Amino acid sequence: MNENLKLMLEPEFFRAIILPALIGGIAVTICASLLGVTLVLKKYSMIGDGLSHIGYGALSIGAVMNLAPLKIALPVVIISAFILLRLNENSKLHGDSAIALFSTTALAIGILVSSKAGITNDVSQYMFGSILAMSTEDVIISVAMSVIVILAFIFLYNRIFAVTFDENFARATGVNAGIYNMIFAVLTAVTVVLGMMMMGSLLISSLIVIPSLTAMRVCRSFRGVVITSALISVISFLIGMFMALLMNTTPGASIVIVNAVFFVIFSIIGKFRK
Amino acid sequence: MSKTLISCKSISASYDGMNVLRDLTFSVNEGDYLCIVGENGSGKSTLIKCLLGIKQVDSGEIIMGEGLKQTDIGYLPQQTVLQKGFPATVGEVVLSGCLNSRGYHPFFTSKEKKRASESMEKLGISDLKSRSYRELSGGQQQRVLLARALCSAKKMILLDEPVTALDPLASSELYSVISELNQKYNIAVIMVSHDIENSVGNASHVLHLRKNGYFFGTSSEYSDSESESKFI
Repeated sequence: MNENLKLMLEPEFFRAIILPALIGGIAVTICASLLGVTLVLKKYSMIGDGLSHIGYGALSIGAVMNLAPLKIALPVVIISAFILLRLNENSKLHGDSAIALFSTTALAIGILVSSKAGITNDVSQYMFGSILAMSTEDVIISVAMSVIVILAFIFLYNRIFAVTFDENFARATGVNAGIYNMIFAVLTAVTVVLGMMMMGSLLISSLIVIPSLTAMRVCRSFRGVVITSALISVISFLIGMFMALLMNTTPGASIVIVNAVFFVIFSIIGKFRK
Repeated sequence: MSKTLISCKSISASYDGMNVLRDLTFSVNEGDYLCIVGENGSGKSTLIKCLLGIKQVDSGEIIMGEGLKQTDIGYLPQQTVLQKGFPATVGEVVLSGCLNSRGYHPFFTSKEKKRASESMEKLGISDLKSRSYRELSGGQQQRVLLARALCSAKKMILLDEPVTALDPLASSELYSVISELNQKYNIAVIMVSHDIENSVGNASHVLHLRKNGYFFGTSSEYSDSESESKFI
């Protein structure tokens, strides 16, 4: 039996390290993939990426000031999400360039602050993530978040569809599209912050974007895309984690690679179905 | 005398700080087919937003008659680039038109599903129900969006440039579908269009917005006034 596998199944190790990672990871991947469907379809894919860089900047400053990382990163990222969505709507400064402007600036601030303070090593875990170091608190927040996101998708499903498909029409039929955009901004921001502690700032946007893109290769209905993308993200996460533990690779990167492989497979299936 | 569904009394509205609508008065009665024409910047889009209640007028008032609410107007917006490749079935898109009657209930009832299939029947797209929206032609997509508008419509639909980006054949088909909805089902139509020549022909009334002033009257009055102005 593989040495790593043996260690993994050691009850104590499993309970302390693997189980929290699995629970927290599944919760965050479900959030990311569900929100991703709307973000991708509204052409907001890069928001996840931009927010993660902003989150990195905030976490670095938090680390330097000796504040709990979540307490500073969450509000900063939520506020940035509002601003970025706003900029996308009334686009004097185009959405994508605004994201590039904000995110690179925040990243630069983060790097500058942490290198001046000499804590580059502590902060670099946010670049690459550390899923095996999820605290109980992180796991609880992740699970609570995913419950909120899943409930939102069940009970607001028809409105989410309407706002995603056609915001103008939704507004005309009396749906307050602004509130939905705000809810999305908050949920996305929280998911990004949780995801970046797990996957790293560099890779979190893949969890948001790839599963829904994969589902869209094959599915013809919106409902199909939503369900398939959640399933793909969880399966990719489990396979990626297992591979990482078995072959001693980086978990975040392994999960992204599995997601990318699914994308290729689904693209080929989609081509043949036409 | 037919009943007035919507009447605008000397409304003014601005867009981006510019006063685009000035002292505009017109009304739409049951069964009317009003065509709104005018060049870019004449305030057509602003007027649509005011009619739908998305935007407030600066002065004047919009009075809805016959118990109609602004959210009861079936709206066909201009298509966006995003929608063309959207993964959703025709059934899902049409059903989303029933949202305005939902209140705070999260799910659609069988009554609304029936309403959606009736709308699809009226537009002859029942056979497309489980097809994906992104696989349809431009003309078919417009019919789907028209069916969705019908779901949310009580007595009136508002169409924003419905034939833009359609080829001539698909446009004339869409015009005849719109006329049919108007005549057979007695649904009042407000259509905003660039295409003055082809759209005015079907209309009963015309509202021509100009940079300074406007024309409102029946379509025969309009063609008289237009030919006069050509001679001058």
